[in-house]
Amino acid sequence: MLQIQQLSKKYKGADYYSVSNLDLDIYEGEIFGILGPNGAGKTTLISMLCSLIKPTSGSFTINNLDYTNNKKELKQLIGIVPQEYALYPSLTAYENLSYFGSMYGLHGKKLKDSIHLYLEKMGLLEFANKKIEVFSGGMKRRINLIASVLHQPKILFLDEPTVGVDVQSKNVIIDHLKQLNKQGTTIIYTSHHLNEAEHFCTRVAIIDHGKIIVKGKPKELIASNEKAHNLEDVFIEFTGKELRDHV
Amino acid sequence: MYKLWASIYKEFLLLTRDLGGLTILFVMPLVLIITITLIQDSSFKSIQESEIPILIVDNDKGMISSTIFEGLRNQKLFEVIVKEKESEVEELVFKGTYQLAIVIPENLSRDLELKISQNVEGVLADFGLEGEDASAAKIEVPTKEVRLYFDPAIQQSFKLSIKSGIDKMISKIETESIYKAFQEQLSDDDSSFEFNAEKFITFNEITPKLKEDQVLPNSAQHNVPAWTLFAIFFIIVPLSINMVKEKSQGTFVRLRTNPVSYTIVLAGKTVLFLTVCLIQFFLMVLIGVYLFPAIGLPSLDVSGKLFLAFLVAFFSGLAAVGLGLLLGTIAKSQEQAAPFGATFVVVLAALGGVWVPVFMMPNFMQFISNLSPMNWGLNAFYDVFLRNVGLLEILPEIGLLFLFFLATTIISIIYNNKKNAV
Repeated sequence: MLQIQQLSKKYKGADYYSVSNLDLDIYEGEIFGILGPNGAGKTTLISMLCSLIKPTSGSFTINNLDYTNNKKELKQLIGIVPQEYALYPSLTAYENLSYFGSMYGLHGKKLKDSIHLYLEKMGLLEFANKKIEVFSGGMKRRINLIASVLHQPKILFLDEPTVGVDVQSKNVIIDHLKQLNKQGTTIIYTSHHLNEAEHFCTRVAIIDHGKIIVKGKPKELIASNEKAHNLEDVFIEFTGKELRDHV
Repeated sequence: MYKLWASIYKEFLLLTRDLGGLTILFVMPLVLIITITLIQDSSFKSIQESEIPILIVDNDKGMISSTIFEGLRNQKLFEVIVKEKESEVEELVFKGTYQLAIVIPENLSRDLELKISQNVEGVLADFGLEGEDASAAKIEVPTKEVRLYFDPAIQQSFKLSIKSGIDKMISKIETESIYKAFQEQLSDDDSSFEFNAEKFITFNEITPKLKEDQVLPNSAQHNVPAWTLFAIFFIIVPLSINMVKEKSQGTFVRLRTNPVSYTIVLAGKTVLFLTVCLIQFFLMVLIGVYLFPAIGLPSLDVSGKLFLAFLVAFFSGLAAVGLGLLLGTIAKSQEQAAPFGATFVVVLAALGGVWVPVFMMPNFMQFISNLSPMNWGLNAFYDVFLRNVGLLEILPEIGLLFLFFLATTIISIIYNNKKNAV
C-alpha cells in the first residue's frame, strides 16, 4: 500500500535531518502507529507523505503511484486528519463538511448523504447547523475527522487525532477509525497515547532522531523485551527517559 | 466547476457571518465619500460664500488703505477687523486665533502719490514738458512694505492666493494713480480728458468638450470616482486577512492536502471579493445620484456613463483583488497583512492622484504615478465622468488594470507553488 524508500528531510538552516534515510512498508488494511518522542520526526514524516512538505531525498509510493508524478491522484486516495482543527470556526459543521467534501469532488445527494451518515455515527447530527466556534474540543476533533474521510480515502493519515479530548470522544473516534479500517481504509497514525496505540494499532514503529528504531506488532514488541509490560515500557527502553525539549 | 462554486459559496458564508466586518466593508466607504464631498464642497463654498476674518492695522489712513478695505469687502471673502497695534495682530495670528493680518505702513498713500508724481514728471521732462510741481522730484521717497502675517498652520496655496489678491489690489491702485498723475499734468481741466481704466482683458472659463453634452465638473463628479476607487482598493485588507486567517486556522493546510488547485481557491475569492467591489461601486453611485442632492451637494451625473463606469469599476476591482491575493499569499500574519495593506492603499491613492492631481507632482513622482493601478483607474473614471469619452478611449487604462490583475494573480500562484513545492 505505502512503500517508503530512503526518505529524508532536512529543513532549511537545520543542523540535523528531521527524517533520515527512512525505509518502511505499510500494507493494505493495517492500522500503523508511528510513535516517538517530541521532535522525533513523526509529523515531518506524515507531512511528506501527505504532500505538505518536500522530501530532501528519497521517495515513496502509495498504491504503486509515485508521489512526484501523481500528486492529484494521490491526494484523491488519501485523507489527512491534522493535529490542529483545520476548520472554519464561523461556519457550521455541515457547511465545513460540505465545503471540504466538495474539494474532493463530492456534490449533490452523495455529499449530503455522506455528511449525514458520518455526523450520525459521530453523534453530532443534532449539532450539524451549529457553528464550529461553539463546539467543544472533542466535537471539533470529530468534525475534523469526518472532514477527512467523507471521500472514503484508501489511506488515512492521523496526526494525534485524540489529543485534548475527553474519554467519551476518544472512544467514539477510535471506534469509528476501527470501523473505517474494517471497510478497507489503511490507517497511519501518530500519537503520544501509547496505551491507545497498543490496543488500536496492528503494527507500530518507534522513531527517534528521524530514524526507525524498532517496528513490529505491539504484542510482539512487548514480548521481546523482558522488562516491558506494555508498549510504554518498550518506548522508554528505546527512546530513554531524558526530556526532549527543543525549539 | 463544483469546486469553484463551493469555494465561492464558502467565501460568501465567511463574509456574511462577520456582520460587523460586512457593515464596515459597505458603510465606511459611504461615510468616507459623504464626508469628503461635504468637506470639499463646503470648503469650496466657504471660499465663495462665507467670510474669512482678516485683521488690518491701518497706519496709512489714506487712499490706499481705504481702497484695500473696499476691495476686501467687495470680494465678500473676508470679514475685515481693524486693530491698532502690529504687535497685537502678530500675537493673534501666531496663536491661530486669526489666520491672516495685513499691516499697512504709515504714509503709504502719500508716498506712493509722491513717487508716481516724480516718475511722471521725469517722463514728461524727457518729452520736454514741464510739470506743475517740479519740486516733488527733489524729495527722496523711501520704499514701503505692506506686512502680511500668516498663521503658521495655513497652507501654502492659500498664502499664495492671498498675496496675489493683495498684490493685484495694490497694482490697481498704482495704475490708477499713474493715470491720474498723467491726467493732472497734461490737462488743466480734470474733466476734459479721462483715461479708460476699465479692464480690457477678462477671463472666461470653458470646459473642453468632445461631444455636445458638456460635463460640468463639480465635487460629486470628482469625488465619487476617486473615493470609489479608494474603497475598491481597500478590499485588499479584508481579502488578505481572510487568506492569512486560513493559514493560521489550519484550513489552508487541509486545502493543500485536498485535490484542489490554488488557482481554484483564488478564483473563489476573486469572484466573491470582486462582487463586493461592484456592490460598493453601485452603492457609491446611488449615494452620488440620490443622497447628494438631498443633502445639498451636487448630484452625480451618470446619464449614459453607467456601463462604462461599471467597466472601470470591474477592472479596478480585479486589480485590487489581484493585489489582495498577492498580499494574502505572501503575508504570514494578520499583523503583517492589515497595516501593510492599509498603508499601501493610501500610498497607491496618493500616487494615483486621489488627493493631489498628478500634474502637480514633481516629474519623478509623475513617472511613479504612472505605475499605480489607482492612477489608471482614476484616469479611466475621469475619462468617463468628466470627459464623456467612449469605450475605445478607456481601453488602455482598463487593459492595464486587467494585466495588473493577471500579473499579481500569476505571481501569487507561482509564489505559493514554489513555497509549498512538493
